[in-house]
Amino acid sequence: MTTLPIEPVPAPPPSIETPSAEPRWSSLRGVNASDRIYKGVLTALAMTLPLLIIALFAQLFFSALPAIKRFGFSFLWTSTWDPVAEIYGAAPMIFGTLASSLIALLIAVPLALGVAIFLTEFAPRWVRQPVAFLVEMLAAIPSVVYGLWGVFVLIPFLRSYIVPPLKALLGWTPFFQGVFYGNSLLAGGIILAIMIVPYIAAVSREVLLAVPSSQREAALGMGATRWEAVWTAVLPYGRAGLIGAIILGLGRALGETMAVTMVIGNRHDISLSALQPAYTMAAAIANEFSEATTATYQSALAEVGFILFVITILVNAFARVLIWRVARGAAVGSKAL
Amino acid sequence: MSARTIRRRIASGVMTGVVAVLSFTAVLALILILVDLIAKGASSIDWAFFTKSPVAPGETGGGVANAIVGTGIVVGMAALIGLPIGIGVGLFLAEYGSGRVGFLVRFIADVLNGTPSIVIGIFAWTWMVKPVGRFSALAGSLALAILMIPMISRTTEEMVRLVPHSLREAALALGYPRWRTSLRVVARTALGGIVTGCLVGVARVAGETAPLLFTALGNLNFTTKVTQPMQTLSLQIYVYATGPFEEWHRVAWAAALVLMGFVLILAMVARWVTRQRYGRVR
Repeated sequence: MTTLPIEPVPAPPPSIETPSAEPRWSSLRGVNASDRIYKGVLTALAMTLPLLIIALFAQLFFSALPAIKRFGFSFLWTSTWDPVAEIYGAAPMIFGTLASSLIALLIAVPLALGVAIFLTEFAPRWVRQPVAFLVEMLAAIPSVVYGLWGVFVLIPFLRSYIVPPLKALLGWTPFFQGVFYGNSLLAGGIILAIMIVPYIAAVSREVLLAVPSSQREAALGMGATRWEAVWTAVLPYGRAGLIGAIILGLGRALGETMAVTMVIGNRHDISLSALQPAYTMAAAIANEFSEATTATYQSALAEVGFILFVITILVNAFARVLIWRVARGAAVGSKAL
Repeated sequence: MSARTIRRRIASGVMTGVVAVLSFTAVLALILILVDLIAKGASSIDWAFFTKSPVAPGETGGGVANAIVGTGIVVGMAALIGLPIGIGVGLFLAEYGSGRVGFLVRFIADVLNGTPSIVIGIFAWTWMVKPVGRFSALAGSLALAILMIPMISRTTEEMVRLVPHSLREAALALGYPRWRTSLRVVARTALGGIVTGCLVGVARVAGETAPLLFTALGNLNFTTKVTQPMQTLSLQIYVYATGPFEEWHRVAWAAALVLMGFVLILAMVARWVTRQRYGRVR
């Protein structure tokens, strides 16, 4: 017996769809693959930076390890630096690094904040661009050129015009004792100050620009003078970022090498007097590394480098966190950096 | 007007003056340095200065041809390594940098930007000089390339971010795959800015001395061999400025003027290009 089909066989799907759906899928998949490759390549390139910072840290640590094992923590507070007897202590360099950076900050912070406040709050429009440009140009001058200028212009100038009145006025304090020969902590600090002004100024300016104008307007609307608006509204709002900018400048000053090496005197000695020669960690590496012949000597200098690296990483990281709190994620100050 | 109001107005005026004077002082420092460079350096610059190598101390004449060529080679090789990587990192940060990885990379780039260059020098020395037992231009280039990468990546990112989102959306809507959108549309639009960032980066490392002290080392003779010690302008300025001879000091000033001119011209071209393209940035 024959049975008729109760239901008709479903018609095959329209033939137009099948051929067109296939290639579309494959082309989409092809897009995904090439996109994935593109993202993979970029990610791999981006990974060079984390790898680099880890490699730097590990390599400096292992180069410094013999010295760390041999001298322990006494490396940090002993002052003997004797390549012949193979005894090394980095206290004078650590002191000199901190002292020169402190002098630099004392001079540079008022200047740089002055520049930033002037440019964002007070300067007429036509002044802003040129002055900002000139201050940024300060950051473009190579360190070694600052050093050259320091040796042949700044030091003679200090000797003739600055140090005599300074000694007459403050010669009784421990900070201005002794004879001024030229190369000194003071000269190093002043050169550093000129060098970090553009960094602090550029970052502070970006921080102040990021302060909403409603802050200014509110203060002015309450009857504040323009300076009062800056002092009571703008600066407090940007405080974290400004401190970040200053700490960023500090990081620069700590690691600055050539100019300081050329004017600071390079003497392994701790003296409170700013008129005396001193030494910094970076300067010691610059001066002595290529002459370090023994493994211990090299290792001691590598340890100095390691300490410097760790300090500047911490200082910079702290500064960035502060700045990002005000201007989130933006490459603040990248023009100067 | 009460006395108090007058006092407040005066205080405001005085403080405006103070910050203006502080700004002027900072600008004055730049002007002083430039004037000194020109005053002490310009007279020593002549044709021989660019075409001759240094002569022995005591003799007069000679030039810095070896240092100029050396700077070109060392910085050029550094750019070959550093620029592609830096631009790649920058594209990554702009295209895929919104997540946690992007945050980390950006943070590390900023931190590395502030790392003392002399420390990078030790790093390059350990990898490139210590194993072969010889100072070389290549080691110097490696150090400079490492300095360049974080700098270039941040400027590239910033420039790519300036490209309007509508452009990207238009390309994607036309069925362009993401990678082609990124390279052919976004990066191409930002090309002027990226090139600018590269110029500034090159100018910055061209003036670097510290990482070259124990990598490229310096060389009083003319050489183009990259496995040998090589002179750069910055190294020459350092050695001559700290040396005992009058003649050396004169050459140091002239070399500094040349280096400074090179750096400033690159920086100004870069700035001009940016302004042409993006108008006044605030």
